[in-house]
Amino acid sequence: MTTTAKKSLNPLSPKERIKVPRQLMPEQPADERAHTFTEVNLGYSAELAQQEALRCLECAKPTCTDNCPVGVKVKEFVEKIVIGDFLGAAATIREDNVLPAVTGRVCPQEDQCEGKCLLSKKVKPLGIGYLERFVADYEQRMGTHIMPHASPTGKKVAVVGSGPSGLTVAGDLIQKGHAVRVFEALHEVGGVLVYGIPEFRLPKQIVREQIAYMKEMGVEFETDVVIGRTVTVDELLEEEGYDAVYIGTGAGLPQFMNIPGEHLNGVYSANEFLTRINLMKAYKFPTYDEPMIDLHGKDVAVIGGGNTALDAIRSALRLGARKAYVIYRRSEAEMPARAEEAHHARQEGIDFQMLTAPVEFVSDGKGWLTAARCVRMELGEPDASGRRRPVPKEGSEFDLPLSVAIIAIGTSANPIVQSTTPGLGTTKRGYIQASEETQRTTRKGVFAGGDIVTGSATVILAMGAGRRAAKSIHEYLTTGQW
Amino acid sequence: MFKIIHAAFLAPGIKRFVIEAPRIARKQKPGQFVILRIYEEGERIPVTIENSDPERGTINIVVQAAGKTTRLLNSLETGNSILDVVGPLGKPSEIANYGTVVVVGGGVGTAMAYPTALALKKAGNRVLSIVGARNKELVILEPEMRAVSDALMITTDDGSYADKGFVTDKLRQLIENGTRIDLVIAVGPIVMMRAVAELTRKENIHTVVSLNPIMIDGTGMCGGCRVMIDGKSEFACVDGPEFDAHKVDFAVLVQRNGMYRDAEQRSLADFESAKAREPEAACAATTTSQGDQR
Repeated sequence: MTTTAKKSLNPLSPKERIKVPRQLMPEQPADERAHTFTEVNLGYSAELAQQEALRCLECAKPTCTDNCPVGVKVKEFVEKIVIGDFLGAAATIREDNVLPAVTGRVCPQEDQCEGKCLLSKKVKPLGIGYLERFVADYEQRMGTHIMPHASPTGKKVAVVGSGPSGLTVAGDLIQKGHAVRVFEALHEVGGVLVYGIPEFRLPKQIVREQIAYMKEMGVEFETDVVIGRTVTVDELLEEEGYDAVYIGTGAGLPQFMNIPGEHLNGVYSANEFLTRINLMKAYKFPTYDEPMIDLHGKDVAVIGGGNTALDAIRSALRLGARKAYVIYRRSEAEMPARAEEAHHARQEGIDFQMLTAPVEFVSDGKGWLTAARCVRMELGEPDASGRRRPVPKEGSEFDLPLSVAIIAIGTSANPIVQSTTPGLGTTKRGYIQASEETQRTTRKGVFAGGDIVTGSATVILAMGAGRRAAKSIHEYLTTGQW
Repeated sequence: MFKIIHAAFLAPGIKRFVIEAPRIARKQKPGQFVILRIYEEGERIPVTIENSDPERGTINIVVQAAGKTTRLLNSLETGNSILDVVGPLGKPSEIANYGTVVVVGGGVGTAMAYPTALALKKAGNRVLSIVGARNKELVILEPEMRAVSDALMITTDDGSYADKGFVTDKLRQLIENGTRIDLVIAVGPIVMMRAVAELTRKENIHTVVSLNPIMIDGTGMCGGCRVMIDGKSEFACVDGPEFDAHKVDFAVLVQRNGMYRDAEQRSLADFESAKAREPEAACAATTTSQGDQR
């Protein structure tokens, strides 16, 4: 595959590179940050970034890129960091990833690029996420964005939902010269990036900057539009003149456990809890009007082991919770959350109640939650997901006193678009059927991707789907072939 | 921004706004609602759509001043704008020719009942309407309801207008008189809807109520609007807002709607004291009890 190997710009030999330790991410001390919503990770300095970049082994076959859902050219951008060409590095990333400041912060790198890093066979993997974040933040600080200059194709694409997959589709297609309009149901653009992921992990300013950049590139946004209710997919195609529609409406209705007491005051879904905090700023009540239960001095638990669960409970801690528990029915090894988040949560004093499941929420007799009745679990045989199935231990029941319980056990499909778009195929579980390769749905000109196709997943997987969809929408618009 | 084309009080504390919202006006069907937010720090609240004019691109909403947001809203005038209006949300009412339908509207709920009554009438039903209010001044949309009903009965709690009593008294009379009733639709305060449900349950008359739980996004994302229907959680924004009245757990609805009472009272008190310092900014709304708009 190699012809004449280009001389590396990295001055170190491979042996020397391995000896450079992984540069630690500077972070706010745990005892300070547990009380504030300011970002936990502070970001690399240029010196740290260049030092870290030196560690890249520049593999002939970079598995990091292969393992990235959007295919970021890691080796190339890291080499540019080595020589101090940070803006060049940003431009390289942007060829594949329209939201680098976001993914640099929220990707589960250990499962993607860094998980396959050759360095990790001997030492710690290259800090690819940290480097990506550094480059994106540097570009933002410099205020220089590289603008696309594709000539207009005259084609119009409607993107439904302004979360990570919709933004990726919009960003990719605008660079091909198509007109793109993004419809958002809420009053703010960004989807889960604004209502779901908290400030301490992804500052909203970062999201706003990325969106401002897309607006500069020519992407149009229309908020307060619920596709399926305010206007249908068919109306977009037939009456509003769109040539293609991408559906990226995200995960839907929160799931509940269907155990007694789930309707008590004090029992929230994670989506509601996080929406109140992130989108509605209820934690700033009464400056903001949306209320939430005052958590000061209260005992709070989240049920679930994913990123959403940790986001919720770490938010509760920052809002003054006295005790903050994670209740998870399997063991920590099975927790789907990002490793760094679990580590940060522990540092902050979150109490992990593993192999535990609530069986009932107990009322104070006046409609308010007072405890979660829980059982301890043990791991039995592997289930369909390949993870060992948790089985209740007999006689292990106990009451955990709680004022607030947050349920973060996943979501099911939001039915609005599916039920108002005739001919749009859905899966047994109600998600939209789309080709894994092209993201085409069963309706001509209609594409879909992200959580509304796969069920709850990650930002980067949704972006990967957006990437594939943009490619196939471009093909469709260019060839007219379905 | 959504411009207010016209604003006028229908009754003390109850104001009707005609809002420029062409997309919503085209799609609105009876039984649906909008969510709005007035200003950047504001909360999102669900509000009744009373009517719409697809040609003019306007919708009519009816708002009763209760908490801070609704009082602020009712201080807005013709020419002002509302920051966000999203909808139409919720499933539309199921309109068919049922035969004889009793449409019950309590207080500001009458505004939501009206388009449903109109559609049922157009679908060929015999529409018997019952409108209830606390007193004479709070009876709204009487001419509109009369125009779409084969018969209109009005009750006031204090007897200051029409018949003294509750909507359930009229409904009971209809049942006792042997009127054949194929469907009852009730929209109003929870206590009223619960009373209607209890009455018709005994008579085995199919009854639909429009529920008004706490809601944030209104699009099936947050799950805040969950209600107990037949012992299971359902979401008013995507599964409702109309449900079989005999399956609704009204006690849970009352309990959950009280979740933020302290915060709501604090917001209101802060708002009132700020208003007292700035009398010229005072809104014209007279107060009613804390409650919501649907």
